[in-house]
Amino acid sequence: MADPLLEIDSITKRFGGFLALDRVSLRIRAGERLGLIGPNGSGKTTLINCVSGALPTDAGRILFEGRDVTRLPAHRRTRLGIVRSFQIPKPFASMTVLENLGIPLEYAGLARAHGAGAMEILTMIGLDAKAHLRPSGLTQIEMRKLELARAMAARPKLLISDEAMAGLSSAEVDDILAILFRLNEQGITIIMIEHIMRAVMRFSKRVVVLDAGNRIAEGTPAEIVRNPAVEKAYLGE
Amino acid sequence: MKTRGALAVGVAVIGLGLALAGLGVNPYVYFAGYVVLQYVVIATAWNVLGGYAGYVNFGTPAFFALGAYTSIFLIEALRAPLPVLILSGGLVAALLGLGIGYLTLRLKGVFFSIATFALSVVLQTLIINWEYVGGAKGYTLIRPPVPFFRSWGVLLFTLMVALAVVTVLVARTIERSWIGRGLAALRDDEDAAECMGVPTLRLKLFATTLSGFFLGVAGAPFPYYVTYVEPSSAFDLNYAVNALAMPMIGGTTTWLGPVIGAVLLGTAQQVATVTISSELNLLIVGVVLVLFVVLAPEGLTGLVRKLRRR
Repeated sequence: MADPLLEIDSITKRFGGFLALDRVSLRIRAGERLGLIGPNGSGKTTLINCVSGALPTDAGRILFEGRDVTRLPAHRRTRLGIVRSFQIPKPFASMTVLENLGIPLEYAGLARAHGAGAMEILTMIGLDAKAHLRPSGLTQIEMRKLELARAMAARPKLLISDEAMAGLSSAEVDDILAILFRLNEQGITIIMIEHIMRAVMRFSKRVVVLDAGNRIAEGTPAEIVRNPAVEKAYLGE
Repeated sequence: MKTRGALAVGVAVIGLGLALAGLGVNPYVYFAGYVVLQYVVIATAWNVLGGYAGYVNFGTPAFFALGAYTSIFLIEALRAPLPVLILSGGLVAALLGLGIGYLTLRLKGVFFSIATFALSVVLQTLIINWEYVGGAKGYTLIRPPVPFFRSWGVLLFTLMVALAVVTVLVARTIERSWIGRGLAALRDDEDAAECMGVPTLRLKLFATTLSGFFLGVAGAPFPYYVTYVEPSSAFDLNYAVNALAMPMIGGTTTWLGPVIGAVLLGTAQQVATVTISSELNLLIVGVVLVLFVVLAPEGLTGLVRKLRRR
């Protein structure tokens, strides 16, 4: 694999005596759609927190576009193009939807000249009619869309979508999937963490499975569903 | 209102202050006006951290007293003139502000507030045991002959008008800049702000330092105002309560809120002191604060915004 966009080089993360990530390595090419799955507590969100900079790692390196970002604070990584959305939406409650997008645009997005403005992003995501509402006036799915729209406003090269679809109806899942596909077509690399298998399997070109802090499988969606180790991780023996 | 307009208003207010100083009304007006204006500075400075960034500082007395005691030290050591005192008092308090800024790395919410309160207690104990600045028995300042003005009361009143204008203009400029927007984002959700590219630590350090600076500035002329400073008056709990209550009453998200709160509450306290009793001050603050927290949690400016939207 030549020149990966993101290279995770055997990172380890401990919480006290608990080993959350055990020398996990992962390489992601530019433009890829990667699904990251695993049972609850397998380390998916911890991995994302380490990549985005919310948590420091105990060992290992993270390279983005060949640059070592392991010690960079989260906001610097965002400026470089690593942007994540949150599992539980964390909107800026005192600002309107449009102003919510203004923050990443001003602090990270404008560093990259090319990209959509706040209103264009809202139109693409289908939130333009709500631009001047406060987040408290949004529905659950609109809240998820705001989370994605705000991440978009940082003009990411790599977008990490952390369970953007949990709790949504099947039509709403399709809605979010369509948005993610469109973002990928625009050249944004996407890591999707999801429990809804139908969505991950349809979206991903490649799936990586974590279990108890270890990478236990990797392959195309078709390979993953037939993998006995994955079955064992999810269902037990 | 554009920046140039705001500057013009600021200059006009200072002009008004000078005119009032020239009028020569009852000296008590200057005396009471100084206190109200001092609270405009305190409430505005507190709000830069408490309102814009959402970190509630209960240690206002520490910063105010640090300004006052820096002045006492410089008067005692160097006979330093008033402008030097104000700048030094601000800078020393700003350093303390930078210090509490690093506290925000580990302490959030009510734990941060408790730590700032503890800071005030610790600092007061240190001052009580420092003989050079008067220790527990206090420090008496003999004022030199007053320069330029009719009396020290009038001079200090005019000075406070200018300090209040400068503080409010600075707060307003920050609020409307990228810094203000970043502070609002981290107030709403610090993790999300950091992940959206906002350098949260640097902004918090900026807010604590600047807030500390102006709280110190408010305290620096205090020895000249009272001429007798003792630890219990400089570290008065009133400063902690008012610094929080005034922005809460006016509204914490804009520069106007603390100004309105300080003028209303500060004036009410001065009137109550004269007409009823000086002990009634805190009762007024308490009752008004409870009413606002229950009925208008976004303060007067928030209430007006809500009514307008209807």
